[in-house]
Amino acid sequence: MINRAFSFCLTLALLFISVLANAQQQNTEKGAVNEFFRSNDKIYVIVGVLVIIFLGIVLFLINLDRKIGKLEERDRNGL
Amino acid sequence: MARHWWKALAILLLIYVIIAGFTVKIPIIGTNGQSSRGLFFHVPMWICMYTMYTISIIYSLLYLSKYDLKKDVIASSAAGVGTFFGVLGFATGTLWATYTWGGTLTDDPKQMCTAIAILIYMAYLVLRMSVHDLDKRARISAVFNIFAFALLIPLTYIIPRMVDSLHPGSATTPGFASKDTDGSMKTVLYPAFIGWTLLSVWIFSLVVRFRKLQLKNIFK
Repeated sequence: MINRAFSFCLTLALLFISVLANAQQQNTEKGAVNEFFRSNDKIYVIVGVLVIIFLGIVLFLINLDRKIGKLEERDRNGL
Repeated sequence: MARHWWKALAILLLIYVIIAGFTVKIPIIGTNGQSSRGLFFHVPMWICMYTMYTISIIYSLLYLSKYDLKKDVIASSAAGVGTFFGVLGFATGTLWATYTWGGTLTDDPKQMCTAIAILIYMAYLVLRMSVHDLDKRARISAVFNIFAFALLIPLTYIIPRMVDSLHPGSATTPGFASKDTDGSMKTVLYPAFIGWTLLSVWIFSLVVRFRKLQLKNIFK
């Protein structure tokens, strides 16, 4: 499970490298999603940023919860 | 999985709060501008802090009645998490004050009294670290905790209400009454209270479980 989460994060990181390569270029792509993120002075970009940060913290907490749970189980089994 | 439903509820509520907190239509009043949205993130920090400190005082009293070290673990963990949220609340408040009150650390009574209250709880945490004997540490810090809570309420609730302050909820700006908050803001504010409180309880439960594992040889 942890390996899968790690590979997911790695894939995500690698994806962002390709984004960085195009960093000099202004994103002018059309489409409903792009238009939405550019509306209202681009405030929704920061909403997205906060959602990503929050989800990162939540993933960390879930992981910690699991780890402590495993330790408790090992403790109950008398190891 | 069934007993983790409240954690899932916390996550869902907070995702809603983050998205709706920025997109809900709010009244633009005075120098606040869009910064009124801070209400959805700044105030819940204090709700979390009060929840944690209340848990802490209850378990300190329980410790003093039975001298059970497990109660002390719960009381100290709650005080630690409460102080964490208090510092977050203070930091967000000072940032907010910088752009609406015209100063980061002003002589505002609410801000000063809150700083003192948080420092008292930091003293509690330092006091615990300075006593190595577990039973002595638990007894001394439980008594200190009662005094800390007895100061927390006047410092953060009573004094700021009696004197003038720029912060809502003072003598001249009552605020926080149900009729003073716009209806659209309430639809985000109340889920924010529940969501953030559940998140703080989650963090607190993790700390307690970790500390109990750490001290399992003593509890057996």
